[in-house]
Amino acid sequence: MILILLHGSRGEIPSKPIAATILPTVKPNDGVQTYAEDQKNNLPVFTMNYPRIQIPFEITLWVLLASFAKIGFHVYHKITIWVPESCLLISIGLIVGAIMHSVHEEPPAVLTSNVFFLYMLPLIVLESGYFMPTRPFFENIGTVFWFAVVGTLWNSIGIGISLFAICQIPAFGVQDINLQENLLFSAIISAVDPVAVLNVFEDVSVNEQLYIVVFGECLFNDAVTVVLYNMFSFVAEMPVVEPVDVFIGVARFFIVGLGGMAFGILFGFVAAFTTRFTSKVREIEPLFVFMYSYLAYLVAELFAISSIMAIITCALTMKYYVEENVSQRSCTTIRHVIKMLASISETLIFFFLGVVTITTDHEWNWGYILFTLLFAFVWRGLGILVLTQIINPFRTIPFNMKDQFGLAYGGLRGAVSFALAFTLPDTIGRKQLFVTATIAVILFTVFLQGISIRPLIEFINVRRTNRNLETINVEIHCRLMEHTMAGIEDLCGQWSRFYWKDKFMKFNNRILRKILIRDSRAESSIVALYKKLELQNAMEILDTASGDISAAPSIVSLSYTKCRKKFLAADLRNIHDILSKNMYKIRERTVAYRGKHALPNDSQTREILIRRHATIRRSLRPRSFQSSNVPRTHKYFSLPAGKSLESRFDAPARSSSSKAMIPLHRLGTLEEVPSTDVLNEESSSTGEGVFRTNSSYSDSRVPHPRRLNSSFDDNNSSVDDLRNVHEEDGAEQVGQRQPASPAPGWAAEPRETTARNPLLRRPQWNPKKK
Amino acid sequence: MGASQTRPEHNYDDLTDKSGFSQEQIKNLYQRFQQLSGNHEKISRDDLDRIPALNNNPIRKQIITAFFDKRNQHQNDVGSLDEIGFEQFLMVMSHFRPVNSTATEEEKVTVRKQKLRFLFNMHDTDNDGIITLDEYRTVVEELLSQSGAIETEVARSIADAAMLEVASTNVPHMAPDDFYEGITFEHFEQILKGIEMESRMSIRFLDMNTATMRCGKLSS
Repeated sequence: MILILLHGSRGEIPSKPIAATILPTVKPNDGVQTYAEDQKNNLPVFTMNYPRIQIPFEITLWVLLASFAKIGFHVYHKITIWVPESCLLISIGLIVGAIMHSVHEEPPAVLTSNVFFLYMLPLIVLESGYFMPTRPFFENIGTVFWFAVVGTLWNSIGIGISLFAICQIPAFGVQDINLQENLLFSAIISAVDPVAVLNVFEDVSVNEQLYIVVFGECLFNDAVTVVLYNMFSFVAEMPVVEPVDVFIGVARFFIVGLGGMAFGILFGFVAAFTTRFTSKVREIEPLFVFMYSYLAYLVAELFAISSIMAIITCALTMKYYVEENVSQRSCTTIRHVIKMLASISETLIFFFLGVVTITTDHEWNWGYILFTLLFAFVWRGLGILVLTQIINPFRTIPFNMKDQFGLAYGGLRGAVSFALAFTLPDTIGRKQLFVTATIAVILFTVFLQGISIRPLIEFINVRRTNRNLETINVEIHCRLMEHTMAGIEDLCGQWSRFYWKDKFMKFNNRILRKILIRDSRAESSIVALYKKLELQNAMEILDTASGDISAAPSIVSLSYTKCRKKFLAADLRNIHDILSKNMYKIRERTVAYRGKHALPNDSQTREILIRRHATIRRSLRPRSFQSSNVPRTHKYFSLPAGKSLESRFDAPARSSSSKAMIPLHRLGTLEEVPSTDVLNEESSSTGEGVFRTNSSYSDSRVPHPRRLNSSFDDNNSSVDDLRNVHEEDGAEQVGQRQPASPAPGWAAEPRETTARNPLLRRPQWNPKKK
Repeated sequence: MGASQTRPEHNYDDLTDKSGFSQEQIKNLYQRFQQLSGNHEKISRDDLDRIPALNNNPIRKQIITAFFDKRNQHQNDVGSLDEIGFEQFLMVMSHFRPVNSTATEEEKVTVRKQKLRFLFNMHDTDNDGIITLDEYRTVVEELLSQSGAIETEVARSIADAAMLEVASTNVPHMAPDDFYEGITFEHFEQILKGIEMESRMSIRFLDMNTATMRCGKLSS
């Protein structure tokens, strides 16, 4: 390593990136010496000291190059559909490697064991763990572990033994590889890394079960593989293996796995607890997430237990509580940084794979390598088949043959295999052969299987899932079903997972949340989803709002003279007006009602909400009880500001058939902020929906509602003719909304003290939604 | 429990056919039935009320009522019973049987419909075939009552939003003055068509004898 460094530093400015090891202990000291000889008396005008910055410089260049490659791929969209990104990265790596090889540069020795295992792998694993969809994961946790643990064992032992059998054949010339080394090698190549496959699955939106099993298996079999690798490499150096060692191995396996989980949970809880107190130091909140996860990883490494399990469980436990405690910005930051770091790490690994392929000395052995490929494929297929047969009776949704095909074919090898092979100890005699074989397997699976899996999946028509189930009805009924099932189970005395889930949720609500969350009011998932949808819609509206926001409307100034709280309330009210009109519009992409200058277009889908709203308002207005001649355009302008409507509302509501009419009162925010209570003035109950700020708004509100319509029409691209007329109105509308933007801002502030924002609460498994 | 455990064997065959359970499962359920009913022939609502584990369930009332609802008996009656016998108990339980992996597509559709019907009946308390806003609200309020600190306003808003969702999904071309009557069963199916009922509404009924495995859970 030092050689490379010296080579690099002494040389010319490298036009190609040559990364040096980033181990901090190695510093180019001779750079100082070359500079020292330039000692003159006058101040040098222009100097250059390359060696000093060499390491960080080269690392940066390397990362940049890989990232440019990534940008480049997405320029031509079709490429990324058909060719997975890992293929492209490897190809670029191959090209760079070829360039380097042709000028006889050495490959960068960055990928030492330490660098990979201490810096790169935790990032990748953290990202996977953090973004794992928890609900499907826990529902399928048995299957996931079954495939991850037993499947990997099956694969590695199977491949190892068959390769050993092959080694016995003298024709291949590999008789010197003993069983332990074969097992070690097979442990390396049984690490499945279906990154490419997951992307395809998401795009094609395969059924959730398949997705989560592939995802979970990939994650946890890294843990198993690393454990096996450590075990076997230890064993490989032992001359004789005794049965006792096997038992010890098994025991160690359990200790390693469970210990990792225990550490992870411990650190997760500590992290959650810490974030409870960080309300004053919002800027460093993301730091805690990273530091604690990394700490979990390192401490697990310290005790030689499964650090991958530790970091995954840490991320899983932490996420739920931390996302309630931290501010929304921190939440976004955390997510983005995790994704970014993981992306860098992965990119670098694949890149190096390409480079190393060209520049290392390979030892090629046709027999061994071809058989490795064959066995890897065969054993995976067999393994999936057998394991699925065993586990299917325990599943409520069994895997059919197509799912199994997807599972088996999606067994690509990737980063972990490569790193493990590259960092094999040199005591292994045939290390080069192993490295070559691993690279061959990886290239084969990534290119061949990675590219072909998409058409295959679509061809065999794997069960898809219904996306976009994030409707309130679905959420309500899911909860209903869960409670029903828990109740039925209690009733018939048979416990199963609903029972345990119920118990855990109770424990969670009663104890854990109180300790770990700053404001531990338990929030139902239905409410959370509702808030999230509302917020999403509000943000979408704000995003698409056009108009000149510089025109300061009188309304704004008027409102500003009042106290801030009232302004928020009014604004919230406006937003909610818009929301209640638009909420389903956005989801359904219907063209909304056009407003006063255009007749309603019958050919377009009506917006139920508007109609309903209109009907209600019309019936609510006192004078309209006598006549229905209210011009259509004023239907929903009639928001009677400053009037408390309960009394009015009740009478007509009750008179008509109450069960038929849906009173469309404004969907109040679910904030526990006092200022938002005013939003419930239209509720049909005699609740506390009193306008506290009645009088101050009665004048400002009357012209205002008209603009609500126009701005909301502005959001429709089809209503261009209205733009001119209503532009100034739209401007006012937007203008009034503008002080409240960014939407998270106003929503977040009152909510700082209340339940955390639901927008980023649960990363659902969202195929195609990023 | 011993003496009343015996039941004429031929009855089991009937029940197996009607409910789809195996003999073992029926035996187990019968034991449970005996336990719940205190060895009587019929279970009343109070018997079910007394199950301690159900106390924490926010919709226990609906669940219990479901057992006494005639519509869940796979016959076309409406109304409710005051007491149910073992056969009716079994019929209600049969709603939660998991689908056989060997079932045909039609059977799967039927089973799914059955499960959805059960849920629908839970909502539709006045037996008119439509879930009205009030009924929906009741359910949502009950569901959320456990979460604490949820005001009725909020629950109502959610119920309203949900109704609107159904309305807009199912009846996109409503005229301005239409009222949306309520959710019919077809609409109900429509809005829930994405959910996999098989996994969410199935209990794996054990074939083993669970009587000896319980540890004093039930106060009977």
